[in-house]
This record gives sequence, C-alpha cells and structure tokens, in this order.
Amino acid sequence: MAQGPKESKEFNATSFFSYIQDEKKLMGIQCRSCGHLSSTPRPMCPSCHSKDVEWHEFSGKASLSTFTCISIVSVAMGKRGYGRDNPCCTGIVTLEEGPRVSAHIMGVDGNNPQSIKTGMALVLDPDELDPEDPALTFRPA
Amino acid sequence: MATINKKRRLGREVSIVGAGMSDFGAFKEKDSRDLFTEAFQEMMGHMDQGIDIEDIECGYLGNYSSDLFEHQGHTAPIMADWLGMTPVPMTRIENACASSGSALREGVMAIASGMYDIVLVGGVEKMTNLATDEVTDVLASAADGLYEVPAGLTFPGIFGALAKAHMDRYETNLDHLLKVAIKNHNNGALNPKAQFNVTIQSLMERRQARAQERGQPVPDWRTEMDFLNDAQANPWIAWPLRLYDCAPITDGGSCVLLVASEIASNFTDKPVHIAGIGQATGRPLHDAEELTSLSSAKAAAAQAYEMAGVTPQDINLAEVHDCFTIAEIIASEDLGFFAPGEGPRAVDQGRTALTGDRPINTSGGLKAKGHPVGASGVAQVIEIFHQLRGEAGDRQVPNANLELGLTHNVGGTGGTCVVNILRRS
Repeated sequence: MAQGPKESKEFNATSFFSYIQDEKKLMGIQCRSCGHLSSTPRPMCPSCHSKDVEWHEFSGKASLSTFTCISIVSVAMGKRGYGRDNPCCTGIVTLEEGPRVSAHIMGVDGNNPQSIKTGMALVLDPDELDPEDPALTFRPA
Repeated sequence: MATINKKRRLGREVSIVGAGMSDFGAFKEKDSRDLFTEAFQEMMGHMDQGIDIEDIECGYLGNYSSDLFEHQGHTAPIMADWLGMTPVPMTRIENACASSGSALREGVMAIASGMYDIVLVGGVEKMTNLATDEVTDVLASAADGLYEVPAGLTFPGIFGALAKAHMDRYETNLDHLLKVAIKNHNNGALNPKAQFNVTIQSLMERRQARAQERGQPVPDWRTEMDFLNDAQANPWIAWPLRLYDCAPITDGGSCVLLVASEIASNFTDKPVHIAGIGQATGRPLHDAEELTSLSSAKAAAAQAYEMAGVTPQDINLAEVHDCFTIAEIIASEDLGFFAPGEGPRAVDQGRTALTGDRPINTSGGLKAKGHPVGASGVAQVIEIFHQLRGEAGDRQVPNANLELGLTHNVGGTGGTCVVNILRRS
C-alpha cells in the first residue's frame, strides 16, 4: 500500500470499518504502556490514558454473551428486510481475546430466540458488510 | 477512580417549594412550548404562598431532542419567552432521557454556588409528531452511533439484551417483567396525569368489550397474565421484551421551583430539601463491566447516599427509570434496595407495590405515567415532592412517617445516571 505501514491509519471508526471491508480483519487497539485491549479504536488508552497505542488484530473467534431479537427495527435494518416477520438478532459478543463488541448476528432464526444460545461460538463474518452502512457481523462458528 | 469517591457538599442547602406538570399523553395540537407552559402554570397556581414570576432569576430546561422531534433547536429561550421570563437566562441541558435530572442538578448547583436564590428547573419533550420507527431512530441516537446503532441495536434492543443477561445469570423470567408492568399500571390508574391512567385489567376488559360490540371473536383472557402472554395483544418489540415492557412515546412537560433553603419559608411551610445529588457516566453495554447492571447508576447512587448521609435501607420510596420493565428491576438492585438477582423476587413478593415496604414508581413510572424523555427526570422528583408532603391523593403511600425519597434517572442505556435524594422538612 502506498500509505506505508498500517500504523499510519488513524485510530478511529473509519479505519475500523475499512479494515473489515478491505482486509477482512477485525482490528482494535492495544496499549503499549499497560497492555489494555480495546475493540473500539481510539487515540488514547481508556484504561491508563497513554497515547502509545497500536493496532491489534483480533482472531474473529468469539462467543455470544447476550442477545436480543428485534421486531421493531431501526430504519436501516428495515431496509435490509428485518422487521416483525423477520426479527433482527443483535448481540453482545465476547472476543476470544477478552474485549466485547456489539454485533449483528447472522445465520440464526430471529423468530425462534429459544434456539439461539448464549455461550455459542461465533466467527466474524466480514463478507456481510454493507459499504453504505457498515455493521459488524458475526455468525455461528 | 479516586476523585469520583471524593466527599462532596453543596455550598448551601437547596429546597423545592413548588412543582407542576402537564398532562402526559399524545397531544397532536400541542407543541413543546405549550406543554412546558402548562406545567409552569400549574406550578405557579399551586405555590402555597405565591411567587412573582419576576423573582425567578434563572432557568435550566431538560430537553433531549426538540431538534429531531420538532425541528426546533435552541429551545430554552423560547420557553423563557412563553413564560414571560425574558431576559432571565435559561439554558437547555441535554443528557438523553436524563436531561431534566441533569437540569435539576445544574439548578441545585447554581443556588448552592451563591449566584442565585430562586431557580426554575424543568423538562419538556414533544415526541408524537414522528412515526414509531422514526422515534425509535431518534432514541437510538442516544446510544453509540458508531458501534451500537450500526449493529442494529435499538433502545428496546439494548434493554432486551440486558434482560436476557439477567435471565441467564439469575432466576429472572418473563413473568417478573410483566409483573412490573402490572404494578406500574395499577399505580398509573391512580394518577390523573398519567398517559395510561388505567390498569392492564381494565385495558384487557375494554378490548374484550370492544370485540363483543363489533361481533368479533372475544378473546378468552381470564387474567392479566393471559392477556400479556397473548402475542397478538402484547407483541414482541425486542425479545425478551414485549409492548407492555416498554414505556410509551409521550408528550409532556414538568417543572419545579428551587430556592435557597434559608428563604424556603417565604414560599411554603412544607419545603422538600435536596439531601443528596449524584451523577455519573457509563460506557456502552459492550464495554460495561457487567451485563446485568448499570455502573453509572451505582456510582451516582453512591454519591447521593454519601452526600445525604443515608443508606439504601433508609429510603422510604423511589421513582426509578423504568423505560423498560427490566430497567426497574436492575435499578432496584443497583440502588442497593435489593441484592443483585433479588429484584425479581421483590416484585413477586409485592415489596415494590404501593402497599409494600419499598414502594417503587408510585406515579405509574415511565411505563404508565408516560415518558416524554426530557421531562421525565423532573417528573420523578415531582412525585416524590407530593408523596413527602402527603398530597399524592389516591396513590399516597400509606406511611405517615415518610421522610426520604429517591429518584433514579437514566440517560440512554446508562451513559448517564442522575440520582437525587429528597428529604421532608
């Protein structure tokens, strides 16, 4: 890449979503000072306030910590076909490295929440990214 | 974290000497300025010893999003104009659904600082101009727009995820949630200002009577639980939350008059004192320490208890932020009324009912009273004000020794929490 090493990317959401879209990678930050991992890139460590942070690639392996199946959806999810007849499953996902993310869960039956189990293994699904409206997506492993 | 636990005191004592609120509901013909004026006029009409508008020195207005709901920004000076208060300074405070809780706090600090003696604080929201999906999006903008909203999370969705985590971790079930809704409607039925001034039992019977009148099949619900477990009558919003787990979309305004306690007797023989205030921030659910609690609520409560010099067990009654039924259960644990995981059992045992040992949301709560988001924090304070003065009418808590009441006002999904402790004089 002409821009040089990936460290040159700004630690922000634009970079977060471009990493997923362009390189299929889930990238967060790690503090070089205290080691804290954060799933939401930012220029300052939220734990020790150091500015010495670097990109950290997460494996994409994760588990489902809690979830909801949403019937009254946002306008954006409505455009993707979700709604009363097709509830959208969204969860709090714990990455194997520890940090959590909010993510859309594909490949589960939103009409049958009892079939969706907390603790189930998930993997990052970077192919589902909508460039117009990027959303982090996981599916059952 | 050391500074958050620093002991803090008000520079001087502050009291509430008057309160007013508009009817809460859906009012097509009214704008936010009309609703706030209604609240103000009620307050002015009920000041025990009267007050001149000219004596009010300053104002703080809680309002979440008149910009998106009404296409009206810069709301505070419009309210000052409508109340005939210009050029008195008026400032709008935005902290999502905790906007007026935060506005009250600003007013308290303005008096405690010595700058003013008499300050108006209140809140207003006009929500029903928009369709439900648009309101859902406006409310969701109080969550993290970069990392929560794109994942599809709505407000009910985030609280649905909290509910699922609580159900996984403790013995919480769907019936516990519905019992909160039944209780709050029972209280709302006793509150003439409430949007749902009706029990769920009555709503159910009305639906059956209407079906009979129209010659349609009459649903065979026998109990409120039958009705609430009927997916047609009580559809899913964000599993495990259904329609009756959610506070409604509401128009309304609220205000109280704050004065320096040293002059409170000029206005009333029954002032209610601000004993403790606390406010804290919290992170989005995915970055929260626990998925079954709001850290901002615990931190704000700790500050308020410390300032008031009381413990959770000293609190006689509370208005808590039941934007969803699960939120009331979690609040009752975060505030220390019940141990973590014990909130659902307290609901089962009726401990939080009007006649229980720890009444919660005697006003009907956000669930039945209604939730005009920017007005809700001060509306909670108004309920405690009336209860402590023994003027809550049919819903007066049957305890002649009421002394301490608490309000718990959450912004967003716990990004902000404001806790106030009020003491009867």
